[in-house]
Amino acid sequence: MSDTTNFDAIVIGGGHNGLTTAAYLAKAGLHTLVLERRPLLGGAAITEELYPGFQFTTFSYALSLLRPQIIHELELPKHGFMPLLMPTTFHPLPDRDFIYLGTDRGENLNEIARHSKHDADAYEQYDYDITRVIQAVKPLFDSAPPDVLDGSPEGLVEMAELAKHLRGLEPRVLHNLVRLLTGSAADFLDDYFESVALKGLLASSGIIGTKLGPMSPGSGLVLLFHKMGEHDGTFGQWAFHKGGNGGFSEVLGRAARAYGAEIMTDSEVVRVVTSEGRATGVALTDGTELSAGVVVSAADPRRTFFEFVDPRELPVELVDALRRYKYRGVSSKVNFALDGLPRYPGLEGGDHYRGFLNIGPTMEYLERAFDDAKYGWFSSRPYIDAAIQSTIDPDMAPPGKHVLSCFVQYTPYELEEASWAAERDNLGDTVQDVLETYFPGFSDLVLHREVVTPLDIEQVGGLPEGNIFHGELLAPQLYFFRPAPGWNRYATPISGYYQCGSGTHPGGCVMGGPGRLAAQRILADLGR
Amino acid sequence: MIRRSAFHPRLEQLNATALWTHWAGCLVAPRYQLSEKFEYFALRNAAGLFDTSPLYKYRFTGPEVAEYLGGVLVRNPDRMRAGQAQYTAWCDDRGYVIEDGVLFRHGADDFMLTTAEPNLAYFTALATGTKVQIEDVSDHIAALAIQGPNSRAILAELLPEVSGLGFFHHVDAKLGDAPVTVSRTGFTGDLGYELWIPADDALEVFDAVCESGAPHGLIPVGLDALDMARIEAGLLLLDVDFDSARFAFNDAHRSTPTELGFGWMHRAIESEGRAFIGRDAIRRELEGGLTRWSQVGLIVDWAEHDRAYRSAGLLPPKDHRPVRGESMVYDESGERVGYATSAMYSPVLQRHIALARVRPDLGTVGIGVQVEFTIDHAYEKIAATVTALPFYDPPRRTAMP
Repeated sequence: MSDTTNFDAIVIGGGHNGLTTAAYLAKAGLHTLVLERRPLLGGAAITEELYPGFQFTTFSYALSLLRPQIIHELELPKHGFMPLLMPTTFHPLPDRDFIYLGTDRGENLNEIARHSKHDADAYEQYDYDITRVIQAVKPLFDSAPPDVLDGSPEGLVEMAELAKHLRGLEPRVLHNLVRLLTGSAADFLDDYFESVALKGLLASSGIIGTKLGPMSPGSGLVLLFHKMGEHDGTFGQWAFHKGGNGGFSEVLGRAARAYGAEIMTDSEVVRVVTSEGRATGVALTDGTELSAGVVVSAADPRRTFFEFVDPRELPVELVDALRRYKYRGVSSKVNFALDGLPRYPGLEGGDHYRGFLNIGPTMEYLERAFDDAKYGWFSSRPYIDAAIQSTIDPDMAPPGKHVLSCFVQYTPYELEEASWAAERDNLGDTVQDVLETYFPGFSDLVLHREVVTPLDIEQVGGLPEGNIFHGELLAPQLYFFRPAPGWNRYATPISGYYQCGSGTHPGGCVMGGPGRLAAQRILADLGR
Repeated sequence: MIRRSAFHPRLEQLNATALWTHWAGCLVAPRYQLSEKFEYFALRNAAGLFDTSPLYKYRFTGPEVAEYLGGVLVRNPDRMRAGQAQYTAWCDDRGYVIEDGVLFRHGADDFMLTTAEPNLAYFTALATGTKVQIEDVSDHIAALAIQGPNSRAILAELLPEVSGLGFFHHVDAKLGDAPVTVSRTGFTGDLGYELWIPADDALEVFDAVCESGAPHGLIPVGLDALDMARIEAGLLLLDVDFDSARFAFNDAHRSTPTELGFGWMHRAIESEGRAFIGRDAIRRELEGGLTRWSQVGLIVDWAEHDRAYRSAGLLPPKDHRPVRGESMVYDESGERVGYATSAMYSPVLQRHIALARVRPDLGTVGIGVQVEFTIDHAYEKIAATVTALPFYDPPRRTAMP
């Protein structure tokens, strides 16, 4: 039998990045243990039967930016990986009109032309321009960033390689990249389109999970970030995993175990045990101590640096940078069990529900939703990214019934003179009211409702301030600086202690990128 | 006049694309909505409804029928009891495959064979002087395939008989007033059933299946999605992956059962002693080591495929739509050693896969070869690994509930 208290590597946190790191380490032959605080694996990528027969994706709700290398390198299809296509996008409008996009290019152009003939052509240009930018950024996304503070010859070589890569880009691609990285989503979209409805649909990618409106500089970066997702080679396309994101976490868990990793649930780490500046293991809440030469935190930077270890052991510069690191969650989930499919006046059947329902008709709507949040309140008319996942995977609900996942924004973590405990039902009602205006009779279909506030995301999901990305996707805390200048390459000042969560490059979303790159770093340090 | 299946009045309403193509002289939908990939996922994750009526269906009856079919078909039909079915093939007397099909045994002297192309004259000529009647029942029997993991739950509500039905078994039943035969067969490599229905009852059965299936995610699927599923299932398609020996102009376009991966069909060729058309030639092939090809699957090396496209400044395509037409297969030294016939990016396997025929000494699982892609208007060789067929084989395909 293998040793049950001594490991080569211990990963703190069984979310999708922790599992990814563990699978890679185990595949390389390390005796690896994953410790998960909760009874179920997956962190914020879970599926729970919160109402009999109905499977809820409590937090994250789609396979968004999963790095394709992970699928191949960890042989996920052997373990049940099944990314189901979401073939439609439905964008309802207040006047009962809509934009309904599918997978057929010609039909999509017709649909856009219905709103603006100009925009049908512009849409092709927009799609091409974004795709070229993604192609340019993707190698940087999928490799560890250089350390901008590292003046050693190796560090300078890495910076030179980055400069060389950027120099190699076509001028137009480079300029579009800068437009997106520095500008607002609204400015970028205004440069292409005239239809307010189409701009409303496209702008939503620029705000997801972020305390920015589409008119705020920085939202262009968020838009680009979300377009980095790909499904079978198509950028900007997200998939729904069989059984929800919990189904995906189970696939990762099976892969990790197949490589020999051990996984313990109900095992909360209180601290990383260190000796003379080196990590030697972890201590659990029940007093158990487990030893390992490598300890990896899949938690966010705050817990990684301020809770698991004593910040007084860390350089002051790092502690200062992390104190400035912004979380500021603004997202909630409201999940419904439905007795049947909602009806949209004027559209028969349910084919238009086989993907995301984007409730946020115009950029102005989104910006006004953001305005409420600026002053400490949740949007009176929130943006909703909804998906009736049982139309894609019928096993999510009893036959003929449905589950509806609603990602809701903006709902600031800190409310002005109010608490989320008191406002929970008000938020649920607000979301339900908005849905009722678009889908008359919606409320009659509701069998059950789960409201997941930023406070729940923090307390249950373990994401500080309810930020779904382990910290905002703002330029000062990305790439060279995620989570802090000089510590953007998965190591920490404590030897043998590493970070692999979404607070490291490339960042949040169900993508596994941090987990994969952290494992590469650890294995390189071990000479493997 | 192009034929219309007995289900056409419903299919016409369901086909939102206005696209139609022809299969066996019949109007069929390549897809019913604008995403064949969604239809494919219905087959793999929920259930798909496919009109398989255009298949030719021949009924063989008479006191000598088992003996007759035993002399014509590669597999021994007399090994089946009534209520069983067999995937089989028939050859010319030089041991080359004419076609493949599924044979159903309804009674001691009563069989039905499905075929992709007309075979009535061929079978009738062979029946000269025997007490065998052959009837083309293609137009009388409408056929509806319900395929995918939820297919059993959908049909169990209408036909309790499916609950105990084994793989490649069939049973006669009633659906409402309609007498139907339900078989656990299909062309998707997944759990699935086919209903064989008197044409006059087709619409009644169709409506009942749709109603029962909708809550379980049943949607109609077209030829394109079926083509994806059958490649993953390693099922060959006539005129795509092989040619009929009857109509080929030379032997390069003919294949023996062994060369198509059907060697298992004549495993008992020595012990059984049964004479069937092509047997002697097949024995000579086996004894003399004359087999030219080994039917295999190829799995393309994803990292090399990625690199090849990226270094050309392109995005690596991962297109699920099957590519027909041959691409060449080479060994490590660059010598041409085979050809691929159907290729696609498999969404469930997340790999580029291809059905291929390679030199028999390379037909071993794990052997490395190279397959030709076209990048920037030039041929480029990319590494691939030989694998066994089927590519995708979920346990539910053959498992009992």
